[in-house]
Amino acid sequence: MSAACLDIRNLSAVLANGQRVLRSVSLAVQPGEVRALVGESGAGKTMIGKAVLGVLPSSVHIVEGEMLLEGEDLGRLQPKARRTLIGARTALIPQDPLTALNPSRRIGPQMTDRLVRILGWSGQRADARIRQLLDEVQIRDPDRVLRSYPHELSGGMRQRVLIAAAFAAEPRLIVADEPTTALDVTVQKQILRLIAQLQREHGTAILFVTHDLGVVAKISQKVSVLYAGKVVEEADTAALFAAPQHAYTRALIAATPRYTDPLASLKPVDEAVLAGLAAEIAAAEQAWRPPHG
Amino acid sequence: MLLQRFLIRLLTMAITLFGVAVVVFVVIRVAPGDPIAMMLPPGATDADIARLRALYGLDKTIVQQFFIWLSGVIRGDFGTSISLRQDVLGLVFNRLPATLELAITALLMAVAIGGTAAILGARERGTAVEAGIDIASGTALSIPDFLWGLVLILLFGVLIPVFDISGRVSPQLDLPFVTQFYLFESILRLRFDLTWDLLKHMLMPAVALALPLAAIIAQLLKQSLKEVLDLDYVVLARVKGFSETQVILREALKNAALPTLTLVGVQFTFLIGGTVIVERLFSYEGLGNMAIDAVINRDLPLIQGIVLVFALLFVLINLTVDMMYALLNPRLRHG
Ligand SMILES: Nc1ncnc2c1ncn2[C@@H]1O[C@H](COP(=O)(O)OP(=O)(O)OP(=O)(O)O)[C@@H](O)[C@H]1O
Ligand SMILES: [Mg+2]
Repeated sequence: MSAACLDIRNLSAVLANGQRVLRSVSLAVQPGEVRALVGESGAGKTMIGKAVLGVLPSSVHIVEGEMLLEGEDLGRLQPKARRTLIGARTALIPQDPLTALNPSRRIGPQMTDRLVRILGWSGQRADARIRQLLDEVQIRDPDRVLRSYPHELSGGMRQRVLIAAAFAAEPRLIVADEPTTALDVTVQKQILRLIAQLQREHGTAILFVTHDLGVVAKISQKVSVLYAGKVVEEADTAALFAAPQHAYTRALIAATPRYTDPLASLKPVDEAVLAGLAAEIAAAEQAWRPPHG
Repeated sequence: MLLQRFLIRLLTMAITLFGVAVVVFVVIRVAPGDPIAMMLPPGATDADIARLRALYGLDKTIVQQFFIWLSGVIRGDFGTSISLRQDVLGLVFNRLPATLELAITALLMAVAIGGTAAILGARERGTAVEAGIDIASGTALSIPDFLWGLVLILLFGVLIPVFDISGRVSPQLDLPFVTQFYLFESILRLRFDLTWDLLKHMLMPAVALALPLAAIIAQLLKQSLKEVLDLDYVVLARVKGFSETQVILREALKNAALPTLTLVGVQFTFLIGGTVIVERLFSYEGLGNMAIDAVINRDLPLIQGIVLVFALLFVLINLTVDMMYALLNPRLRHG
């Protein structure tokens, strides 16, 4: 079996007070595949993405498990080697394009700095590459954009810039953390379509974090459902919608408005399902012991 | 738009300076002590006193005196020092460079020391290194500059005499300088022997002035850096593969520096105020030292001249800080 692009095995992370935020999470993303990571707010979706990219907040500690990036165990690498590996093979499309660009630096250098300073490309090559990617995300006036400061661009433009920058170095894996949530509804669809299109053309694997099952259906081939830091179900996307196995997944699908009924309000997930889940997690927590005392 | 802002600034500056002039003028005349009485030998007659008072214009009312002085100032005539019997402006400009050199050296030291401590502390946040920096800056901050001066004199002037504790330059040296900016000129003339001698004299007063400001910079800049280091664009830079030091220097420093810059502007004016006593401690021949003599001698024109020059300096510093702020902040630059 060829190595997965990303293979997370049995990953647990705790807060300073010992509370687990990730509970023995296992998930894999195969090369070129889009895996959606779905769950409601606070489930730990962002945490998983940050763990993979090595940017967990200092208050969160990994206590067990492995993360393999193309077969390389990230936990066994020296910090510098890990940083360089992550910089070379992964990229992040962040949630909020307003805060993900440095307000005091022009767009151009923010897009090329990884190519030039981490990957050692010449400035010319990096510039040409960035222009090519800007074209792919349908930015027609690259000169102006590259010269701009972030506040001179709209939210949608900034997200295009960030998407172009993410794909520029041909990473093997992109973590996209709710890349459309912060945008206008009309722009959301365009951005989603762009990501899907670039993903297909570049064959990049994506770990796509979202709380929106509609987005899951559109973009992913595989899906992992996260609840309170625990993967409760994973499946092919089509199979998940056709025959959800876990009660929480069923409740989540039931709570999502249909295309046929766009004005239907989001129904809350069924109380009884949540109570059952809480009991399940409490039992798991009782049984779990931190690996080192 | 920008021009309008600049003109408003100029107007505010003029009003500020006028206010300072009025306050100083009144206060030093209301305060006890008569410059004329101090000039004359004991046994001078009332007629002698009256004559001298008239010579310096002190027989007129305060309001009259003020406008006579002000009209002089506008023409560039700050009057004649009572105790030194020389043109005030000439005296002030002769001493100002020494003070400016001292203050700028102290500022550069404060920025270098405080900035390094802040960057190091932010990079090593949550470790013993950060705790050590907090303790050191807390200590530096709780001791005022003149006490640092005394401590340094005791340590490096008396106990281990490595630095000169008195004056600006060794008196036996031949000085080829045409300006009063000895330190800067010695560097430009490549006379590093003189630079070294000047630095040996300047180092301790400069350190005394720099330490409290360095501590403020260390604390404030470290705090701002730590806040910026949690922001999304910094996280993105880490994902790109940049090291923590690179992230701080390339992404965080410029944005974190803005609040510190404003404060350093204000604090720099305090630092210049601190030169008055510190120059005295180290017998450094600057404007501050002369100011104390002027006050002791109730040399009204000289006090007024020195205070007005200090006030002008402060106003110019604030203007510079504003302009740098606009320069560093692209939103303001284009807004
Ligand atoms: N810096 C932090 N320190 C400690 N706990 C945190 C921190 N950030 C998040 N958490 C906690 O970790 C858990 C998972 O948070 P995370 O941000 O991964 O959720 P999420 O699934 O991404 O939610 P959302 O959809 O709101 O983005 C939450 O309970 C949250 O309160
Ligand atoms: Mg999140």
